[in-house]
Amino acid sequence: MDFRLLLRNPIGRIGIIVVLFFVVASLGAPVIAPGDPSEFVGDPNQPPSSEHIFGTDPQGKDVFRQTVWGGRISLAIGFGTAILAITVAILIGMTAGFFGGLVDNLLTLLMNLFLVIPGLPLLILLAAYLAPSTSTVIGTLALTGWAFHARIFRSMVLSLREKDFVAASIVSGEGNFTILFQQILPNMINIIVGSFIGSLIYGIGAATALSFLGLTEMTDVTWGTNLFWAQNGGALFSGAWWAFVPSGICVALTAFGLSLINYGMDEITNPRLRAERELAKVVKNAALRRVRATPFVPRAH
Amino acid sequence: MNFLLRRLGFYVLAYWAALTIDFVLPRLLPGDPAATIMGSLGSRLQPGQVEAMQKALGLDHTDGLPQQYVTFLSHAARGDLGFSYSYFPATVTEVIGTGLIWTLLLGLTALLISFVLGNLLGVFGAWRRVGFLANVVPPIMILAGAFPPFFLALSAVYVLGVQFNLIPTSHAFADTLAPAPTLEFAASVLEHLFLPAVIIVIVTIGIWTLTMRNTMVSVLADDFITMAEAKGLRQHRIMFNYAARNALLPSVTGFGVFLGFVLSGQVLIEQVFAYPGLGFLLVGAVGSRDYPLMQGLFLMITTAVLAANFLVDVLYTRLDPRVRAG
Repeated sequence: MDFRLLLRNPIGRIGIIVVLFFVVASLGAPVIAPGDPSEFVGDPNQPPSSEHIFGTDPQGKDVFRQTVWGGRISLAIGFGTAILAITVAILIGMTAGFFGGLVDNLLTLLMNLFLVIPGLPLLILLAAYLAPSTSTVIGTLALTGWAFHARIFRSMVLSLREKDFVAASIVSGEGNFTILFQQILPNMINIIVGSFIGSLIYGIGAATALSFLGLTEMTDVTWGTNLFWAQNGGALFSGAWWAFVPSGICVALTAFGLSLINYGMDEITNPRLRAERELAKVVKNAALRRVRATPFVPRAH
Repeated sequence: MNFLLRRLGFYVLAYWAALTIDFVLPRLLPGDPAATIMGSLGSRLQPGQVEAMQKALGLDHTDGLPQQYVTFLSHAARGDLGFSYSYFPATVTEVIGTGLIWTLLLGLTALLISFVLGNLLGVFGAWRRVGFLANVVPPIMILAGAFPPFFLALSAVYVLGVQFNLIPTSHAFADTLAPAPTLEFAASVLEHLFLPAVIIVIVTIGIWTLTMRNTMVSVLADDFITMAEAKGLRQHRIMFNYAARNALLPSVTGFGVFLGFVLSGQVLIEQVFAYPGLGFLLVGAVGSRDYPLMQGLFLMITTAVLAANFLVDVLYTRLDPRVRAG
């Protein structure tokens, strides 16, 4: 997929700007919010002021520092989860779709099992038993998040396998491995990027939820642990809204930006959606009073 | 029938997989699981009880692993999941019983509202093509869906509960009331149900609307719609009986996955509102290291999802005649 096309799509462009903003802010944390985010800097629950522009949390930490630094691990967990989950999904989904038969039946069964077992309760159970660390969190998130995408990849391969160019590769004697990764995979890039973004949203959101429940490494500064400490310190009941609003908004806006990118990509790659846009324009310009199933635009005389 | 039997077989398999996860996880614990678990509450129990409980949990390690597994499965089949540590001497099954009704009440209410409302919005959004429903509502829904559910819940508790004290923000009914079949009690339950249900609806409604809208857009471009239009059928008949009925299929197929999302979100919502359902119990069990209760709750939530999925399958055969034909 052409990246410039995405930049030209208004929805996609907003999404990219929003996501880039948070990535840059996280990477630039030492410059933007210098100092240790876990340092106790003043009285607890101080409202935003010139000294602490986001105020202080119930433990007397600087909320601005925590918010900026918190993005680092939150985004890292998101990317780690997405990379791991999508790699597993590609391997399992493509194998199932390409080889078919018993292999497909078994792998599909495995995907369906993981899909039907509720994710967060399983995550909570896993996190409660395993020692909390960034890598175990990524591992458990990937474990509960790969199946959905594997199923999509499988059905993509099923339809691509029937195409002539694959048949051509088979008769010209290419190996299975070459066909899968050099012929079929490049045709799935759109779907894979879409799934990757979906998985990123899931990873960031679910890691935040786990931290909020106190199931990750609590000395780390992440958006989720910020929310946990704000909640546990009773920020809500002492009226310190500034302690929990910034981290929540960051998670939401990051996920929103990523959703917009996916939405923009859908519009570019799905001709039906584009045709629908044109049709909407026609309906609007004709100023039809009643919309019909098949819009009928009277020709101007 | 064949279809439903195959689905049933799959759910039995899924249930067995969940049971196996419950069996394997504690045994993956570094060190001796029995000692670790018993150590956390050993002081509260008599030596005899410790032994009895180890036996009940299949953690007494006198048998080999296969034997433990068989014992575990046969106990689970009888609904015997051992004792809860934090609610001792209540059994896990009893504790779960107290939470089940509240989770079902909250989950079903929210799911029903969000499914019906979300799909209707999707149908009208795709139908109208331009205007508020088609252009403004979907982006708002994407934004609302991007917020962590528990964050919206926290904000609602803060604004509506703490600042304005408009509406109760914790528990399932007023503390002053005892469960009784009175109008007052019912009103209190409804009042406490309102906010958590609204939050779940806000977070989940976008999934239905956007799925419905996208499918409906494709279906509306199909030839049979043009045909229906050419025959001069009434517009609302085309909209609901022709387009929406067909566009509903992907939403129903995806219902199982969606349901998992809804229930997952609900765990956190229950926690924020201290709503005494399974999710609240689960988080509490994690906090108090109540492993048997945790496992039992995981099993129960999985069972609920599987049962709901099976109901959806039954419904699906009614909705799509092709499935019935085989």
